[in-house]
Amino acid sequence: MLSQILYALPFLAEGFAVTLWVSLLVVVLSLVAGVVLGVGLVYGPAPARLAVRIFSDTIRGIPILVLIFFVYYGLPAVGLHLQSFWAAVLALTLFKTAQVVEYLRGAVGSIPKGQSEAAMAIGLTFRQRLAYVIFPQAFRRFLPPWINGVTDAVKGSALVSLLGITDLMQAINQVIGRTYEAMPLYILGALVYFAVNYALSLASRRLEQRFSFIRE
Amino acid sequence: MGYTLNFNLIWRHFDKLWGGLLLSLELAVISIAIGIVIGLVLAVWYVSAGRVVRSIIAAYVEFIRNVPLILLVYLVFYGLPTVVDIAYSAPTSFVATLSLYSGAYLVEVFRSGLEAVPRGQLDAGKAIGLTPWQRLIHVRLPTMLRITLPALSNTFLSLFKDTSVASVISVPELTYGAQWINFNTFRIVEVYLVTTAMYLLTGYVLLFALRLVERRFRAAR
Repeated sequence: MLSQILYALPFLAEGFAVTLWVSLLVVVLSLVAGVVLGVGLVYGPAPARLAVRIFSDTIRGIPILVLIFFVYYGLPAVGLHLQSFWAAVLALTLFKTAQVVEYLRGAVGSIPKGQSEAAMAIGLTFRQRLAYVIFPQAFRRFLPPWINGVTDAVKGSALVSLLGITDLMQAINQVIGRTYEAMPLYILGALVYFAVNYALSLASRRLEQRFSFIRE
Repeated sequence: MGYTLNFNLIWRHFDKLWGGLLLSLELAVISIAIGIVIGLVLAVWYVSAGRVVRSIIAAYVEFIRNVPLILLVYLVFYGLPTVVDIAYSAPTSFVATLSLYSGAYLVEVFRSGLEAVPRGQLDAGKAIGLTPWQRLIHVRLPTMLRITLPALSNTFLSLFKDTSVASVISVPELTYGAQWINFNTFRIVEVYLVTTAMYLLTGYVLLFALRLVERRFRAAR
């Protein structure tokens, strides 16, 4: 058993690198897109608000797996050819963006209205209000759930194995296909995912405690 | 571009989607029922247990919550039968997985619910002479269930979506039906549009029904 695990390690390490790379891309891209759309949802004109609301509710209302298949099989059908890697990243990013939008809405919504009004009263522009008044305060409410939500990106990335991308999950399946040692490898893989995600959850809990001095 | 939508083939094979949807719901309902039992037992045990039992329960919860569901599904379906002498069909295996999965989330929900039951209610129960067991059954659990009802319905909704993962072990639920139509008719955009609509509609109907139940049993404030 041990020799098989040693045999598997280089493959798993390669797959793990892909898992981390996919997760990182998704987390960064969705952060940017989510913050932009989230600001649109809170401050935008009615049509923009409606559009973001529909986007977010639709994405959050369907399984990630359906979203992944939709993007992966659907885009080539309408003439958009993406590599499977980028199709997977796109689908996961859409899913994560909807989450970030909701975190942002919650965080910004928790800032008392008086803050914005005071900022307006001293003549700050919209951008200045966001940059100097709203975001610095909302950041503390945004950060803990967002870091905790990064685990969703890491867990969700395991689904890209279904598109034939050799991430950690797929690497495990491939090694099992060669060695027929299913259980040790699944447990090993589970422990790797666990280590990454548990570290993230701990970090999120720490931050939440650190920021818990803030009261409404 | 230049893709022409044609839903005819989807309607011809609609039984795959409809049957899949019913199976998805069935999987979610059975799993949450078992998950509720697991969650209740472990949560009640947790709050009254010593350090060792607590850390074992916490380990179960943290392990499940931090590992991708698809890996757990593979582990139970392909891995477990290689080391333990059991055999089960794919749907049974998936229900077992999803039950353990939802159980882990529900332990947390129920545990925080138990802690939120006002101290005064338990003292009142003691004052009228209820035994500890009676206090648990007649005072603590009913109040806790009312408090946790919203979290419970959210868990159910997300479990309903999680049933899509059953498609990876060929359980013919909704996502599997969608894939079948995808591969056999190539009406790709149409089938995923219809599937998306089915997940959304079902989700909203469930949400609406659960909100009604919540309103009926809302905890008195």
